Amino acid sequence: MLAYILRRLLYAIPILIGVNLLTFALFFVVNTPDDMARLQLGAKHVTPDAIERWKVEHGYNKPLLLNAQASGSAQLTDTIFFKHSAAMFVFEFGKGDDGRNIGNEIRTRMGPSLAIALPVFAIGLLVNITFALLMVFFRSTYLDLWGVVLCVVLMSISGLFYIIAGQYFISKLWNLLPISGFAGGIDGLKFIMLPVLIGVVAGIGSGARWYRTIFLEEIGKDYVRTARAKGLSEVRVLFRHVLKNGMIPILTGAVVVLPLLFMGSLITESFFGIPGLGSYTIDAIQAQDFAVVRAMVFLGSFLYIVGLILTDISYSWADPRVRLQ
Amino acid sequence: MIEAWVSFDFVLLWTDALIFALVVGVLVLVFFIRRQEHLRAPWRAVAQRPMAIGAALVLSVFVVIGLLDSLHYREKLPDSSADKPHYSVDVLSVFDALVGDLRTQQEKTYSEPLAMQLYAKEFVQHDGATVREYPRLKFGGAHLQQEADRVEDITRRSLIGLSQGMAASFLLFGLLAAWRARRTKISLGEWLTRWGEGRLDWPGRTVAVVVTLLLMLAGVLVHLAAAYHVFGTDKVGQDVLYISLKSIRTGLVIGTLTTLVTLPLAIGLGIAAGYFRGWIDDVIQYVYTVLNSIPGVLLIAAAVLIVQVYVESNPDLFDTAARRADIRLLALCLIMGVTSWTGLARLLRGESLKLRTLDYVEAARAFGVSHTRIISRHIFPNVFHLVLIAIVLDFSGLVLAEAVLSYVGVGVDPSMHSWGNMINGSRLELAREPVVWWQLGAAFTFMFTLVLAANLFADGVRDAFDPRQGGRR
Repeated sequence: MLAYILRRLLYAIPILIGVNLLTFALFFVVNTPDDMARLQLGAKHVTPDAIERWKVEHGYNKPLLLNAQASGSAQLTDTIFFKHSAAMFVFEFGKGDDGRNIGNEIRTRMGPSLAIALPVFAIGLLVNITFALLMVFFRSTYLDLWGVVLCVVLMSISGLFYIIAGQYFISKLWNLLPISGFAGGIDGLKFIMLPVLIGVVAGIGSGARWYRTIFLEEIGKDYVRTARAKGLSEVRVLFRHVLKNGMIPILTGAVVVLPLLFMGSLITESFFGIPGLGSYTIDAIQAQDFAVVRAMVFLGSFLYIVGLILTDISYSWADPRVRLQ
Repeated sequence: MIEAWVSFDFVLLWTDALIFALVVGVLVLVFFIRRQEHLRAPWRAVAQRPMAIGAALVLSVFVVIGLLDSLHYREKLPDSSADKPHYSVDVLSVFDALVGDLRTQQEKTYSEPLAMQLYAKEFVQHDGATVREYPRLKFGGAHLQQEADRVEDITRRSLIGLSQGMAASFLLFGLLAAWRARRTKISLGEWLTRWGEGRLDWPGRTVAVVVTLLLMLAGVLVHLAAAYHVFGTDKVGQDVLYISLKSIRTGLVIGTLTTLVTLPLAIGLGIAAGYFRGWIDDVIQYVYTVLNSIPGVLLIAAAVLIVQVYVESNPDLFDTAARRADIRLLALCLIMGVTSWTGLARLLRGESLKLRTLDYVEAARAFGVSHTRIISRHIFPNVFHLVLIAIVLDFSGLVLAEAVLSYVGVGVDPSMHSWGNMINGSRLELAREPVVWWQLGAAFTFMFTLVLAANLFADGVRDAFDPRQGGRR
């Protein structure tokens, strides 16, 4: 088991290198620092001096891969690649355009992101499974049919509308909860409730429908027929057998997104003014702050890979038949 | 007459060319499928589902509008000479020509749906005295004498529209019934009874109801839009109905062209990885894990920024604003395609892994059939249903993604009509007092209709094509 995890971790390294090279190519080779400077300083009437000054400020006034002017190992280390791309492997992200340390920002912003993302994930899972089980229990009746239709309708509404409608009705018209904002500790609860509620409702459509198919697939299997033949009641079959076995694909599917919860939700956070990583990313995109975007790409890939490894481990944990080699 | 002809300059945008290539491709595919019984059978199953066929009818309305909106031209300026014509910088489409005044009837600023006055009070000169009141609109309800006549006029126009739509539907239905009765060699009365009892081999009642509803809606819209702004006007006084209709093309382009980019990558690499295995499999799996691990929005953002820089540093390559917006739309489709092929590729890889061990593939290999031939004759036809299901399932997700991306600021060009841009603009409108809700409402209505129709149609296609789902319902 330990050897397997170790090997998976080693396998993750070339992937991270790939991600790193790809972002390096996108941000420095296809899109040269000169282009970035021109975009930042405002289109056409930019002097070469201003571009040079911008590059010095951001530390982009170096050769890309090989610094011929330096001596010794500095030939390799005093380059954009080493300073800005390779440094990310030790989580050195440098500074954003606003002069703040990106690493620090990420650490302080993870908390608020998790405060929204984790409840949405946990409550969402619970609600979706409940709905799915209800539909499966009443399968091939009108209740099931209309449940599926409702799911499709809910799926067809853009996430933006859920947020806008929720903010408009609950906060603006009925004054039940604050429209946006964030606070730490117990005070933050009133700010968290609305985004969590909207996040859960927005996910019901696709989630419940997907889990319903998983349970239905499970219900057609032989062991369910055996359980029925033993004379077990439908409720017992559903909760003792189908639910337990259906949870394997559901949980292993959920594990992969678990680490990504740290990244927060882009849209929700920016609508509700939550100082998390999602709104950080959106602000960076809109301000064209390349250093932050690059850092978030790397962080996102890293967390995704962690999720992949966790998925593999959880497979073997949930289903002993899966052997790790 | 000839003068009228040469006063146009046909403009072929990149996305137009690809859309028409796609239409030709689909027509070829339809022709091919029609001749093969085993391919036709699942489509017939799709056509027998009332939900799927109703959704398909709604979708086809959107597609027709989108196609009409993809035939672009520029008008010749009236004062330019014949031998060296100058053309307007505005790129129009056949759709613009068909809706006529809807595009040009611009008010001053916001006005409510079906209103005859602006939404905000202004100082107006009345016989020398300055009064503060709601000024009349230039076009919306301009034919009315007073506010009291408005409701009556709207009701009258709606009723005319409804009855005309109904009449057109009856006429169409009569023609269809007569034609079908002749084809199947039964009496008209017999055909009608069968239709009424739902005993035709296609869901006739659903088709009749959906077509009637669509025609009635079209009738009402045509009659109301002739004299009012049905969905009100936006900040600069543009008709919101017109903007929503123009956004259809953007949504369709993103939903279809992205898939067009996805397919060769997913099919080629997915099948190659599963069929050849070994180092080819390793390399392809490595590539798609890397791509998959990068958060999609960020990759799209990076690519869109690059395109923006490219367009700004090469302004002479794009002579009109429409071309600039178009290249950004195309780039968006390309990059979304590059980020979204991985799911389908993984599915196809798994399926090819299974298929390559089957007896008939082994036999083909033993006979010395080449790899390309095995893949094209034995593997690809057996995974085709997965490809098709993925296409229809992805479509609605892509339309929804456009709205989110435009909100983030990395979607389509801000000058382009799109539902995402409409929603983005309406955020501020919701915060103002009194609330301007109609732009958001219109974007919601159109997007929801398209996505819901696409989802219902996708469900029908999936149920008909996926052998695993076949027996259950």
